[in-house]
Amino acid sequence: MNQLTTSSAGTLESGDIMVQISPSTEAGLHIDLNSTVAYQFGEQIKKVVSETLTEMGVTTADVKVIDKGALDCTIRARVTAAAVRATGKDVWKD
Amino acid sequence: MMFVPGNNPAMMQDAFIYGADSIMLDLEDSVTMAEKDAARLLVHNALKTIDYGQTEMVVRINPLNTPYGKKDVEAVVKAGVHVIRMPKTETADEVREVEAEIERVEREIGCLGRTKIMAAIESALGIVNAYDIAIASKRMMGIALGAEDYCANLKTQRTPDGAELLLARETIVVAARAAGIDALDTVYSNLNDMETFRKEVELIKTLGFDGKSIINPRQIEVVNEVFAPKQKDIEKAQTIIAAIKDAEKRGSGVIAVNGKMVDRPVVLRAQRTIDLAIASGILKEEDI
Repeated sequence: MNQLTTSSAGTLESGDIMVQISPSTEAGLHIDLNSTVAYQFGEQIKKVVSETLTEMGVTTADVKVIDKGALDCTIRARVTAAAVRATGKDVWKD
Repeated sequence: MMFVPGNNPAMMQDAFIYGADSIMLDLEDSVTMAEKDAARLLVHNALKTIDYGQTEMVVRINPLNTPYGKKDVEAVVKAGVHVIRMPKTETADEVREVEAEIERVEREIGCLGRTKIMAAIESALGIVNAYDIAIASKRMMGIALGAEDYCANLKTQRTPDGAELLLARETIVVAARAAGIDALDTVYSNLNDMETFRKEVELIKTLGFDGKSIINPRQIEVVNEVFAPKQKDIEKAQTIIAAIKDAEKRGSGVIAVNGKMVDRPVVLRAQRTIDLAIASGILKEEDI
C-alpha cells in the first residue's frame, strides 16, 4: 500500500491538465476523467495516467483528472508532479 | 531568442511555430517557488517529446545555490537540452560549478560534452567579470545581458535610449568577441511600443550583438528585419567571396574588387553578411 497524501498538480488552462491523487481504500488505480476530448482520447489519457503512476510505484489511489486538451507529455509531467507531491519521493537527485 | 514560461504547456507546445532562432524555456523568474517542481517536469517532458525542428532549445535554470538548481540541470540535461542558460552570473567559478554538474549528469547517461552553456550577466560585478565568465568553460557559447536586474543593481532604471546600459552592452560584446562566442542582448518588455523596440534592436546591431532576447512572437519580425542584410550588401559580399575563391585558386594573396583592395576585415565582414543572409533565409547554402 502506498503512503499517499492528497495532492494535485496542473491547471485548468487550455492545453493543460489538473491531476489530483488521493489515498484509496480499494486496491488499484481509480481514474475519474473529465475531458473536453474524452470521446476521442479518453482511453489514451487514462492509459498515460495509469502507466505514469505505475512507473512511479503508485498502484493504489483515487485519481481525479480534469483535462483541457493536454498533450501526452504534459499529462505525464502533471501526473508525475502530483505523484511526487503525494508520495514525497522526488524523481531527481538531491 | 524567445522567452517562454516553463510552467505554461500551451505556450511551450506552440512556441516553435513562430520561427524564432532559439527558444528559452524558463524555470527561473517566471515560475513561482511552489511550482518549481512541476515546471521542471513539464520542461523535461516537453524537451523529450515535442519536435522543435531546427530551433535551438535553451533552458534558464535556477541558480545552483538554490534548492532547485541542481535538479534543473539533471532534468534538462537528461532531456537533451542544447544550452543551459545560467541566470545572474557574476563569477567564472559559478560557471565552473554548473559545468561540473552538467558533466556529472552527462557521464551518468553517456553523452559527455553535449550540453552548452550561456551565461546571463545581470549585475555590476558580472559586467566587471564578463571576460572571465566568457572564457570559464569550453561549453560557453554566449553571454547575455539581463537588463532589469542589472539596472536595479546599478541603482538606476531603463530609459528609451538605453544610456544606462551602454557600458554593459559594449562590455558584453567586447568580452564575447575576445572569447569567440556570441553576444545576446536583453529583452524589451513594452509590447505596445514597437517603435522604441525597433530603435533598440538597431542600436544593439550597431554595437555588434548577434541577437536579441524577446518575450513575444510579435517581436520576431522586427529583429529579423533589422538583422537581415540588405540585398545590395549581399550582392557585394557575394562578389567579394567569389573574388577571394578565385584568387585562392590562382594562388594570389591580394585581390581587388571594383578597383578597391580587399583585405582581411573586408572578407570577414562579407562572410558575416553571407552568414546572416543564410540565417535569415534570404540565401541558401547551395547559392554560395
